[in-house]
Amino acid sequence: MEALVASAIGLLTAVGIYMILRLRTFPVILGLTFLSYGVNVFLFASGRLTLNAAPIIGRGDTYADPLPQALVLTAIVISFGMTAVLMIMAIGGHLEAGHDKVNMAEDDDTQTDAQTEAQTEAQTGDKP
Amino acid sequence: MSLALIAALPFLGALLPGLMIRAGRDACAAVTGSVTLLALVLLALQAPAVLSGEVVQTRIEWLPALGLNANFFLDGLGLLFAGLILGIGLLIIIYARFYLAKSDPMGQFYTYLMLFQGAMVGIVLSDNILLLLIFWELTSLSSFLLIGYWKHLPAGRQGARMALAVTGGGGLCLIAGMLILGGIVGSYDLTVILENKELVQASDWYLPALILILLGAFTKSAQFPFHFWLPHAMAAPTPVSAYLHSATMVKAGLFLLARLWPVLAGTPEWFWIVSTAGLVTMVMAAKIALFKDDLKALLAFSTVSHLGLITMLLGFGTKAAATVAVFHIINHATFKAALFMIAGIVDHEAHTRDLKRLGGLRHLMPITFTIALLASLSMAGIPPLNGFLSKELMLEEAAHTVWITPWAMGLLATIGALFSVAYSFRFLAHGFLGPVRSDYPHTPHDPGPGLWGAPALLAALVVLIGLFPMVTAAWLVDVAASAVTGEPVTAKITHWHGLGAAALWMSLAAVGGGLLTLGAYPRLRAIWDATPRPEAKPIFDALIETLAAAARGVTDALHNSSLSRAVAAAVLAIAAATLWAFSGGTHVAGTRELLPVTPALVGIWAVMVIAALALPFFHRDRVVALVLTGVVGLLIAPMFAFFSAPDLALTQISVEVVTILLMLLALNFLPKATPVESRPVRRLGDAAVAGIAGAGMGWLAYAMMTRSAAFEPISHFHLAQSKPGAGGTNAVNTIIVDFRGYDTFGEIIVLGIAALVIYALSESLLRSPTVTRRLANVLPQREDGDRHPMMLVVSTRFLLPMAMMVGVYIFLRGHNLPGGGFVAGLVFAIAYLMQYMASGYVWSHARQRYDHHALIGWGVLVSVIAGAGAWAFGQPFLTSGFDYINIWPLEEFELATAAIFDLGVFLCVLGAILLALASLSRLAQRTGEDVNTRAFDINPADTAAEEVR
Repeated sequence: MEALVASAIGLLTAVGIYMILRLRTFPVILGLTFLSYGVNVFLFASGRLTLNAAPIIGRGDTYADPLPQALVLTAIVISFGMTAVLMIMAIGGHLEAGHDKVNMAEDDDTQTDAQTEAQTEAQTGDKP
Repeated sequence: MSLALIAALPFLGALLPGLMIRAGRDACAAVTGSVTLLALVLLALQAPAVLSGEVVQTRIEWLPALGLNANFFLDGLGLLFAGLILGIGLLIIIYARFYLAKSDPMGQFYTYLMLFQGAMVGIVLSDNILLLLIFWELTSLSSFLLIGYWKHLPAGRQGARMALAVTGGGGLCLIAGMLILGGIVGSYDLTVILENKELVQASDWYLPALILILLGAFTKSAQFPFHFWLPHAMAAPTPVSAYLHSATMVKAGLFLLARLWPVLAGTPEWFWIVSTAGLVTMVMAAKIALFKDDLKALLAFSTVSHLGLITMLLGFGTKAAATVAVFHIINHATFKAALFMIAGIVDHEAHTRDLKRLGGLRHLMPITFTIALLASLSMAGIPPLNGFLSKELMLEEAAHTVWITPWAMGLLATIGALFSVAYSFRFLAHGFLGPVRSDYPHTPHDPGPGLWGAPALLAALVVLIGLFPMVTAAWLVDVAASAVTGEPVTAKITHWHGLGAAALWMSLAAVGGGLLTLGAYPRLRAIWDATPRPEAKPIFDALIETLAAAARGVTDALHNSSLSRAVAAAVLAIAAATLWAFSGGTHVAGTRELLPVTPALVGIWAVMVIAALALPFFHRDRVVALVLTGVVGLLIAPMFAFFSAPDLALTQISVEVVTILLMLLALNFLPKATPVESRPVRRLGDAAVAGIAGAGMGWLAYAMMTRSAAFEPISHFHLAQSKPGAGGTNAVNTIIVDFRGYDTFGEIIVLGIAALVIYALSESLLRSPTVTRRLANVLPQREDGDRHPMMLVVSTRFLLPMAMMVGVYIFLRGHNLPGGGFVAGLVFAIAYLMQYMASGYVWSHARQRYDHHALIGWGVLVSVIAGAGAWAFGQPFLTSGFDYINIWPLEEFELATAAIFDLGVFLCVLGAILLALASLSRLAQRTGEDVNTRAFDINPADTAAEEVR
């Protein structure tokens, strides 16, 4: 069972990092969300995994470690706050600059603007 | 306690001006002044004890493990300085009330001034050098604010930056020096350090510590070659110059020299460095002062010169010289603060401080002239004023000090005194004497007593100390000098030392030479103007520019404004560091017993893996990407539940809903698709970086989970104490609201701040014309005409009270069963979100009667009240209490103060989410789409009416 959770943490992190390395704000924010998932589960797992042992006193003989749970609980809420702030920053950046790229200078590896435009058009289809 | 209170009062007082300014400028000044007066009275109450030779102490343990304690002590030196700081502070507050123009924000000024005052008092009362350092840095910061008070003046901003750079840099050196000193002695308590002279001076680290500490003191007290910032700081309003740059801040360096005199002084190193710096500063600055036309610049260089004089005396390392230094500190504070205020009055009345445009003020401003006359004669060292007394003593000390040759010190000191006479008389002669002119920018006349009262009082002191030094000052000099030297001192201050005294002839030479110099002024001025000399400001600017360029170069070399590259580099660096750390250590075998695999978890896992893996391939359609993210997030909730974390499951599921809804709303303003921009090679590279990071995390997680914790987890305590100690059976909730309540307190504040940031950003976006223009072109995609389907609207409205009831239920049971303030806040927020989704922004927003900001504020306030309530019972902040209560006909139930705290959490979470939402909805209202004012686009009532018709 531990292997499943560990692989899930690894996968969430990998997908998160991959998305953070994208060049537009929205995927970067999704990437951060994934990374928070991974980190939160990792923190939670530091209390080790237990079954049927919710830390409610009087409901059993053994209890799961409540401390990582408490820490992760607040971390989840704080991640939300962070995501929301990033979202408004992304909106602001897009509205102010007219595009939602994350890199300031033109990246060496990106295609030319014309190509990008063409592809955007092709993808969004009928939208002008 | 009393000493800590004296130091704390100005800080507390700093809060008042901002509030009181609404009641008018007089009220503001009165309140600020009375706080200072109160501190002064408290200080005076301690004075008898100090004067009888006691050392008053207050000790408060703060971080004893670090040696950082809020220890204060008051001896003669502290009394002298604290008295100066508070006494002159009070005069400055009165003076500033009448000096500042109507357009100057006075509340701000007084707040800065009080901050500064508190920091200064803190320095002179600290018995812990770490505490002293904190106050020391605070003076640098608050003086930065004060010097740059007139933000619209470039000179003010530049002067403030320069002062901060120089004194702040010196402060850094001082920190290093003090840490070394504390390390040598093994204690950070001044009282302990002062008793360990032999230990310190025998240490190999003595010289480095000395140099570093002196750098701190010299930069603060504007000693050569760091003197240049002080004249530039004259861009500050005159009350600031009078306070900081004559009486207090620049004396902080001197205070430090005097304070550490018992441990550091007496060695050749001390003598050579300190007395040479002082001597050079004294002579050089006095010479420059003579050629300055700006009244304040003249006074600034004169101040530098006098600071040099005092430094030199402290540098001699003898008891007698230190006593003179203390005496001159008092005298200089009185006449120089008065002179600065006079300069301010002249500026205020004549609208210029330029000596070339002044003259003849004697006839127009007789009162001002009288004060200026007394103060500047004292500065020149003319008997019987107080400046004369200490200058005579100084010359006597200099005459008997061997520096390179037996006579060099005496000669140079006389030359310094000569220039001092010359510029003092120039101040008088070119400013006040001569005929009345017809071309003042503004015809001056004496101001009201509000302005001249404070300098007049100081001038009275100048005369009184001058005439009766033994009655008025000697007692203070005695205790202060005893504190400096660590031996009992009885000062004998007289006007006449006999014909045999060297000082008499040096004085006569100085006065005569000074008058001759002034007589030859026009010719000397021509030579001065013709000689090229290094100007400090261009050198300083060039230095800063070089540093900035170097920093820019490093920055540019390190990153190219590409976030992706920086992130990739960081990820790889972290992975490499972790690998290195991991491979370097020893590890026990992963033998922890593993849980058996269950089909339910495999199911969850499989769906999660598919959704997560799909994201990189399908993320270009952003709605799809959001759905995939939601799937993964929602699946984490049952995983938490599965592994015995019901609270986390509840939180995760509700946060996920809110996050996805918010992102969905945000997507209205962003492109709906992500274009293909990077080449496949690059995507492969990114995948490799991500793969390394993911593999590392997964491996680490597995390694961790297959081993037991190296140390016994502390949560046994929480589990054992949850019921008896915190009165709740839900250990997670008791940790959040009780055991680690302070963490939670910080976290809800962070959340509140995040929401306020969102609000502020959206507010600033709405102000930008580009944004509003672009917003007007945003047209949300519409598939059909009914934006607010009746079914949805009606059902959400039915659901609202029920959702709220669920929220209340979750909140109330939180202490004992899964739930609590966080989840309840989220549930409430979702209930509101549904209204926004179904009925539209405007409709829903108009029906909300309370303010989201206020919710956040109340949330924080309620938790503060819940926390501070513990003080009433003599318990530390956030200690919770609970009791079981029987009220017929209810069953016995529990009331815990932690529930009040949880209520604060609830309010803050709810407010934060709603504020974030409202900010987005404000943006949405500016889009090109017409907003609904009614709940339905298609109103069934209308349709029915039409059918009837």
